[in-house]
Amino acid sequence: MSRRKTERLLSLVVCLLSSQRYLTATQIRSAVPGYPDSFEAFKRMFERDKEELRELGIPLDTGSNGPLDEEVGYRIPRQEYVLPDIRLEPDEAAMLSLAARVWRHAELAGAAAGALLKLRAAGVEAAEASQPGIEPRLTGEAAFGPLWEAVRDRRPVTFSYRAVGRSEPQQRRLEPWGVVNRLGRWYVAGHDQVRDAVRVFRLSRIEGRVEFSGQRGTVTVPPGTDVRELVAQWDTHPVEHQSAVLRVRAGTGFGLRRRATRSRPDGDGWDLVDVPYADPGWFAEHIASFGVDVVVSEPADLRDAVITRLKGALA
Amino acid sequence: MTAPARSGTSSDRLQRLLALVPYVVSRKVVGLGETAAAFGVSERELVDDLNMLWCVELRAPDPYCPIDLSYEGGEIMVSQAESMDRPLRLGVDEASALLVALRMLAELGQAGGSALSRTIAKLEAAAGEAAAPSAQVAVQVDRSAEEGVATLAREALAARRRVHLSYYVPNRDEATERDVDPMRLLLVEGRTYLEGWCRQAEAVRLFRLDRVLSIELLDVAAEVPQDAEPRDVDQGLFRPSPDDLRVVIELTPAGRWAAEYYPCEEVTDLGEGRLRVVLRTPDPGWVRRLALRLGEDGRVVAPAALVAEIRQAAAAALAQYGSPGEPDG
Repeated sequence: MSRRKTERLLSLVVCLLSSQRYLTATQIRSAVPGYPDSFEAFKRMFERDKEELRELGIPLDTGSNGPLDEEVGYRIPRQEYVLPDIRLEPDEAAMLSLAARVWRHAELAGAAAGALLKLRAAGVEAAEASQPGIEPRLTGEAAFGPLWEAVRDRRPVTFSYRAVGRSEPQQRRLEPWGVVNRLGRWYVAGHDQVRDAVRVFRLSRIEGRVEFSGQRGTVTVPPGTDVRELVAQWDTHPVEHQSAVLRVRAGTGFGLRRRATRSRPDGDGWDLVDVPYADPGWFAEHIASFGVDVVVSEPADLRDAVITRLKGALA
Repeated sequence: MTAPARSGTSSDRLQRLLALVPYVVSRKVVGLGETAAAFGVSERELVDDLNMLWCVELRAPDPYCPIDLSYEGGEIMVSQAESMDRPLRLGVDEASALLVALRMLAELGQAGGSALSRTIAKLEAAAGEAAAPSAQVAVQVDRSAEEGVATLAREALAARRRVHLSYYVPNRDEATERDVDPMRLLLVEGRTYLEGWCRQAEAVRLFRLDRVLSIELLDVAAEVPQDAEPRDVDQGLFRPSPDDLRVVIELTPAGRWAAEYYPCEEVTDLGEGRLRVVLRTPDPGWVRRLALRLGEDGRVVAPAALVAEIRQAAAAALAQYGSPGEPDG
């Protein structure tokens, strides 16, 4: 933004905010310095200025002062412009500082800094926690920005998505309900328009750009929707309902022993260990990673799955 | 508190100008240096801002200057602010950024929980309608670490005392014993870590709390060496070193998850959903485990010595099932 433009916009805000009455474009032009002489050029510039103010979140009201006023006027209603009073105790202000640092280097970093600036302008003093606490960080993801905008503005989106095990990405059409970070990974949940069902997508598997595919305000989130719960259900392994008997070499297999329900010696430097599991595919991969140190005794299908993994590594 | 970094986009200056007058008005008198620091600008930039505000002139119906201020002797005072005496309300993105972060901190259940819930309530009230969309973004952090581990780690930090950890290292499938001088707690990628000076490694190490098998507060003061550098976690948790082994793996569509889980130096699309990735690691054992886990979904192609080691490991494991492993080579 050039210096002249900044000066003009600043004057425009002060002018519209100070006025109790609606000001017509002509009145604004004569009050605010910096507009061009030609009325057509002024109109174009004024249109762009109004758009800039709206993008900054400045409420710009249009209307007229009475039934006799034919021309539309503008003003910034003070009660809609100002941040309501907020007073924070030092320990609360410290939490705010901590919260603003969470987004550092992630998509909403600028928004967090902007919010902090306004709160300080409202009189909130900068403060730090007296106790050493925790340094929290959220990491970014390219698709977060457009998906957050879509959720915020209630707009449907399309994107190309590659599910695990798929050789080609597929085009998805989604009414996004919410964005969730679960254990460090970002997900979007919503209504899949093609499958007509609730779906959860991992942002890191979105390829290319996320495009808006509909107008603002056209997505309705069903009342009572808990997006966090939707993602948790999608991500959580089912309850462990099977149990394997594993031969584990003494002094190894520590990660398996941590989860064991029972363990007894099996002679020759081996133990027999019972370990519950839910997903046979995942568990077979996990066991294969231990190599010679862990052997499946039962069940047979788990044993076969591990043998298949190992043969795959040998091939 | 250091000023948050502001990006230099064009609308930033206007936002700063709108916040500057209320910032001074709410404090009556405030120093130039302090204000510049709060806004993340130099004193020269700040003076330029103040001059621009002072110069605002409306020409009609009668010419007048709505803002009057001075900064003599390094102290800013606003004597006339017109309608500019209060900051602009929070936008949806601004309210959401803070509320989502505050709710995430609240979920950590750390000390300061009551201050957090009070802050959230006040911010929601001040943000009004702009607070609503923040409910559509949630952050869920790992709480599987034992409650006592986090509590003791915080105590050790506050008291500046050494801790003894029994710590599980999954890559090596080992429980290790170590003495650690705590530096800070971190929440990165949804997990909580204790960062500290590990006296066994004589280096800064991160310990994931859910892998701490036991923690003991020692009656010894923590001694973190002066030159111990906290890790710059914003660049990612795992920083490969140029001395690390360079490993090349080809992944099938079913093995692509590995490219998401581990930071890759290079990723090449081989078509049909297959990828070739280059990873750096100091630990060949970790690659062997990964290769056995991947099976036919991933094939290590370099370095050659490691390829041979993996084949031997797979053959030896298969032999225990009485399966005839194909002859080597």
